[in-house]
Amino acid sequence: MSKLYNLSGKQVNAGIRRRDFTAEEYICQILERIDKVNAKVNALITTDREGALGKARFVDRKLHEDEKKLGPLAGIAIGIKDNICTKGLKTTCASKMLEEYVPPYDATVVRRLKDNDAIIIGKLNLDEFAMGSSTEFSRFGPTRNPWNIDYVAGGSSGGSAASVAASECPVSLGSDTGGSIRCPASFCSVVGLKPTYGQVSRYGLIPYANSLEQIGPLGKTVSDVVMIMNTIAGADENDQTVQATYRPPDYVLSSSRKMRIGLVTELTEGSNPEISKCIYSAMDTFTSLDCCCEETSINYVEYALASYYTIAMAEASSNLARYDNIRYGFNFAPDGYEWNAYLARVRSNFGEEVKRRIIVGTYVLSSAYYGKYYLKAQKIRNLLKQELRSLFKKYDVLIAPTMPILPFKFGEKIDDPIKMFMIDIDTVIANLAGIPAISMPAGFSNGLPIGLQIMASEFQEQKLFDAAFLFESKTNNDRSPEL
Amino acid sequence: MVMMEQDDKESSSVKIGLEIHCQLTGLQSKLFCLCFCNYREQEPNKNICPICCGLPGTLPLLNKAAVDSASMVSLALGCRIPDSIMFYRKNYFYPDLPKNFQLTQYNAYGVTSIGVEGRLKYGKKSSGIRRIQLEEDPGRLVYESNGINNSSSYILIDYNRAGTSLVEVVTEPDFIDPKDVRIFLNKITSIIEHLGVCNTKLEGSVRCDANISIRGGKRVEIKNVSSFKEVEKALNYEIARQKTMSMHDIRIQAETRHWDDSRKVTIQSRVKEEEQDYRYFPEPDIPTILLGKEYVSSINVKMPELPDKRKDRFIMSYELSEHIAQVLIDNKELADFFESAVKIYFSPKEIANWIVTELIRFTDEDSLIESKIDSASISPQPSSFFAGLKIEAKHIAELAKLVDSNSINRNIAKMIFTQIIKTGELPSQVLARTNVLKIEDRNIISEAVESVFRVEKSAIRDAKINPNVANFLLGKVMKLTKGRADPKITLSIINRKLGRTS
Repeated sequence: MSKLYNLSGKQVNAGIRRRDFTAEEYICQILERIDKVNAKVNALITTDREGALGKARFVDRKLHEDEKKLGPLAGIAIGIKDNICTKGLKTTCASKMLEEYVPPYDATVVRRLKDNDAIIIGKLNLDEFAMGSSTEFSRFGPTRNPWNIDYVAGGSSGGSAASVAASECPVSLGSDTGGSIRCPASFCSVVGLKPTYGQVSRYGLIPYANSLEQIGPLGKTVSDVVMIMNTIAGADENDQTVQATYRPPDYVLSSSRKMRIGLVTELTEGSNPEISKCIYSAMDTFTSLDCCCEETSINYVEYALASYYTIAMAEASSNLARYDNIRYGFNFAPDGYEWNAYLARVRSNFGEEVKRRIIVGTYVLSSAYYGKYYLKAQKIRNLLKQELRSLFKKYDVLIAPTMPILPFKFGEKIDDPIKMFMIDIDTVIANLAGIPAISMPAGFSNGLPIGLQIMASEFQEQKLFDAAFLFESKTNNDRSPEL
Repeated sequence: MVMMEQDDKESSSVKIGLEIHCQLTGLQSKLFCLCFCNYREQEPNKNICPICCGLPGTLPLLNKAAVDSASMVSLALGCRIPDSIMFYRKNYFYPDLPKNFQLTQYNAYGVTSIGVEGRLKYGKKSSGIRRIQLEEDPGRLVYESNGINNSSSYILIDYNRAGTSLVEVVTEPDFIDPKDVRIFLNKITSIIEHLGVCNTKLEGSVRCDANISIRGGKRVEIKNVSSFKEVEKALNYEIARQKTMSMHDIRIQAETRHWDDSRKVTIQSRVKEEEQDYRYFPEPDIPTILLGKEYVSSINVKMPELPDKRKDRFIMSYELSEHIAQVLIDNKELADFFESAVKIYFSPKEIANWIVTELIRFTDEDSLIESKIDSASISPQPSSFFAGLKIEAKHIAELAKLVDSNSINRNIAKMIFTQIIKTGELPSQVLARTNVLKIEDRNIISEAVESVFRVEKSAIRDAKINPNVANFLLGKVMKLTKGRADPKITLSIINRKLGRTS
């Protein structure tokens, strides 16, 4: 019964059903693990001890009374990024603006996890309002990389990736607007999926950029990620952007071979040499598994970053307007203030990165510049979509690095926003095009993880899983650092 | 003549455009959530949910029925419905706006709102309808003072209204005469009543802003006009004000002015230094809504009879005059009342006359001619034209029947009418109670004639040379019988006694 916290989600569920251990014993170990490592890693903002233990006892009772009624995720500890609403549990977005905010409702994904008897262990750290690529912009301090705590964990779902790598929970949910799941998954050597836009309900996800982002799972194995996707994906009456016509997902693990794979040359070549070497060797791995691999190009890559940041900031500037501290927020009495003065005082509490994006977003939407920036960005987006559509007629999946660089040290890029933006070059493509993409642990350089990114066509998550599982079965990179 | 020509020229340089907001009160729920559309009479901030409060993470869920209602309004006002529509965010900060942006529609970049390029005839004129858009209403601000001094007043916010559906009708600046504006507004009111999408009698359900310029000058917007009738007054005042200013070479500036209902003047409320930039962009959380030809014809099938058609039918089937038909049609409740009475007893002209000449006088004149508007006034508004009146269609039907059958004369009928409207009794009940039936018994009338003849001896002497004496005597008999004697019978008896044949 040692080290239950190292088990994958699937193993936990099986162990509880086999009565090898109880859900309560498991959760106690998870809480102990959190107590031991979270001070180092800072992956969790809130740990819901009572809630988790209560649910664990509930699962144990249910198992005892009627095992058939037990949900498929029974007993599995899961962490939730702190921009996804949890009823009765603080949801802060790592921002002063919401530091006391307790949502009155569950996000659809959270409700589905609960209904399937998963155990919500706590809320995970992130860049304020998911704006950042290193989790350094959190009001609650940065998340540290479990592989080397002097390095960033990536972002914005830094807590989601680090908590899994540090075995504080086997699976977690993150959100990905421009790479926010895949970047930290890559930096922390875990599996992270950004689903197709419209595949997972965003109801309850506190928005950064609505047209780009999706909630997705992170885990130590492809199998766990598939399991979580089967629970959270599918039509939702509370989100009209989820494709209702699409059948409920029932993804399977199959290592189908003979896939047609395209390696995106400019993304691979544009990366740190250690990384591009690793991606080329990943291509060799696929070739050795009977896949048909070749190099290919995405022409619109050079405009992708500009297009992404224009659209994301435009939407963000409007999304963040509601934080006026009138209906919810932090404790700050309005007495004696005139409305505009109060508004200004309140909104000065946003962090620097958030302010930057609100200002830029406001600028690109102003009527004088709308055509010059926002519309142009949307045009690029459409062109990129079309280009990818035609590429996916040739290839089942595209591969590229997840990140062009290795994890970096704290403070290295924080003063240079452009440098920080640049590292999203490989990930924003999937968000602009709305396609699914997964980051797979692909190797290490100087003890720092490298991620392989696999992209598929819209709603072709199964192809993504096929390729990922195939790769995983052959490579099996380490996912549990010593802490 | 010269003066008149100049006057005409001047009036033709006036340009008035309107923005009319109609709440879709006929809906069950709000535009983007399942909260009740009817927020009235609810405790403040009880008719709310995470969505209409704009809580973080919530998404708008478009109410398809609202799209249908807005489509009906668009078709009724002669607009074209595009093949697809989108919603836009209009970004501005205001405490009554939970998300600090309003979900509305926008016409630009090849996208249009739900209705465009319409035209509505009113009387002999017509006005272009620039666009019709579907949007959400904000919450309400309630200004409170602590009663000691006004400077320490505070504002309460009630979000019950937030998220209810509005249809905004924007006209071309086609009006030159404020009187036309009133006629146009009456027509719009009647149309949306007939469509059943908006109860215009509810407080705040219809609101109108007007913009006005003279001789191509700067546009002045007039807001806070409390009723459609006041719109006409406000416009008349504003025309006079602007003309006086330009006569003295004072530059008219682009501004927003509020109509002061008590002093009957417009007051400057905001100078428009520059257009506020609302940073419109498409709402990503609401997918494009496909409408198309099939959809439009499905709405067309559902369209009820509209005022113009109904008026034609009233003239054709009931042989009503143009004027009377118009008065009935202008207020759907009156027209409905008329038709139910006619169903009970078919005497359309008689019934219409009772409604148009008598019933109207007993109703709140304001609520007839105009629809009461927002104005943030707290006094409850009658939600029906017949509020406080106990009269029903069956009353008018029975009254018409009594008059038609000559059972009572018109004066008595009017007396009965004033009773039933207050008590709700049937005319026959009033008759039985007050004994006002017409006297048709020749013996009783003869007796009355006899007694008049005994008194009016000198008049009878003059009768031979003055033919008017018979009428004089008739008047005396009517007075004696308190108007109940049948005048025809009475006159024939008088004439016989005077030795004449009538």
